[in-house]
Amino acid sequence: MSIKNYSQEELFKDGVRIDGRGANELRPIKLEVGVLSRADGSAYIEQGNNKILVAVYGPRELHPKHLARPDAAILQCVYRMATFSVDERKSPAPSRRELELSKVIRGALAPAIFLKNFPRSTIDVYIQVLQADGGTRCASITAASLALADAGVPMRDLVAACAVGKVNGTLVLDPNDVEDKLGEADMPLALMPRKKLITLLQMDGRMSKEEFLEACRMAINGCMEIYKLQRQALIKRYMVIREEYEGGEEEDA
Amino acid sequence: MTIYFRKRQIVLPGEVLAEGNRIKPGEGTFKEANKILSAVVGLAEVKGDTVFVVPLEGVYIPRPGDVVIGKIVNVKLTSWDVDILAPYLATLNPVNALGKQFDPIKNDLRRIYDVGDIIVAKILAFDRTQPPILTTKERGLGKLQGGRLVRMMPTRIPRLIGRRGSMINMIKKRTGCQIVIGQNGLIWISGKNIEDEELVVRAIRQIEREAHTSGLTDRIRALIYRNGKKEEDLNEH
Repeated sequence: MSIKNYSQEELFKDGVRIDGRGANELRPIKLEVGVLSRADGSAYIEQGNNKILVAVYGPRELHPKHLARPDAAILQCVYRMATFSVDERKSPAPSRRELELSKVIRGALAPAIFLKNFPRSTIDVYIQVLQADGGTRCASITAASLALADAGVPMRDLVAACAVGKVNGTLVLDPNDVEDKLGEADMPLALMPRKKLITLLQMDGRMSKEEFLEACRMAINGCMEIYKLQRQALIKRYMVIREEYEGGEEEDA
Repeated sequence: MTIYFRKRQIVLPGEVLAEGNRIKPGEGTFKEANKILSAVVGLAEVKGDTVFVVPLEGVYIPRPGDVVIGKIVNVKLTSWDVDILAPYLATLNPVNALGKQFDPIKNDLRRIYDVGDIIVAKILAFDRTQPPILTTKERGLGKLQGGRLVRMMPTRIPRLIGRRGSMINMIKKRTGCQIVIGQNGLIWISGKNIEDEELVVRAIRQIEREAHTSGLTDRIRALIYRNGKKEEDLNEH
């Protein structure tokens, strides 16, 4: 990676981060639902410089059949990065990291889905990172949960995800690529916001116990903010069409 | 009991719809403690003491009694496999196609339905443990010939039918087309000319797009009128 080697002081000085944000500030997020017509459900997220597309298929027939569970559907996630998504061309071959993130994202989404409703079938989530700038796993989870809702997959709740990093001894919300790579710690967290149930919690780097607890609080607050945006994005899709005919009379179906 | 939504409000997964002990969770909902929550994106409604959500998205999940349109994808020795655009491949047994016993030595299933044939069938049985079983024995079921097939989102089929068939009967009457609706989202249309069929397809596309809005029947009626299909034109036939 050819990123400039910033010192910790450059990363966080006088309450301002390298990209001009405050410590407790998310990057600008744009969410769009139903962007692909061939998929059963889809979503697109831009979080800072991250650009990620998610397609959901299913529940559908599962092949090969031996993977099927007799009592529930299985959830299959595929996280892939485009060759052009990072500074230095990423090899198109599936990497160890992609495989691991696929697994981790599956684990973060599965608790929210009523898999028991569709025995012997599969729900497939395809995540394509078009541009990466740190925190792609969280952005992927946020978008994938919208795509699942768009596919009509029954869920207990949406899943929102957000990371907290540590630079220059200060906790920062939603770290970008530079802060992630040069910072002292990084802690992604995924949340089912209604009951504040955590479905993913990872950390690398070092934090004290107090820092860790504060980081959890910050991440949860970040997730709640993202959750609001998720709800808006889902509702907007239908309200746009409904508003064209606003003031309509009572229903006939 | 307390209800937290307006009639036909758009609700999202995890949204609390109602609270109380006597209220029952219907389709598209689930219960947690004494709360009823939505599991899908859809329109929330109450009927009696049941709260349910009419989904706006989703694949077709077979239900006994549904009429579906499917494609024969495999002919086995004593049964057909039918693709009904559901997570499960459906099975059609000769007993349910012929109404009599079938002898694989004397007869060939391909003479009845071959791979690629499009059939209208009814779902006889389906549960968590077995694939859906079809029948084509009743009137109006069986192989489809001619016409065209249109695919629509299965969750929006109820709007195409309308209350007690009001929408579909209006479309049939005003366009003079024969229409067969499969609950799985496939619709078969056969008209006297291409223009009539195309008008039906346009109506279907508009219903699919605007399924969650009100006053839809009137707008579809207007669409058909605009395209010169007046009632008197059709009375001549």
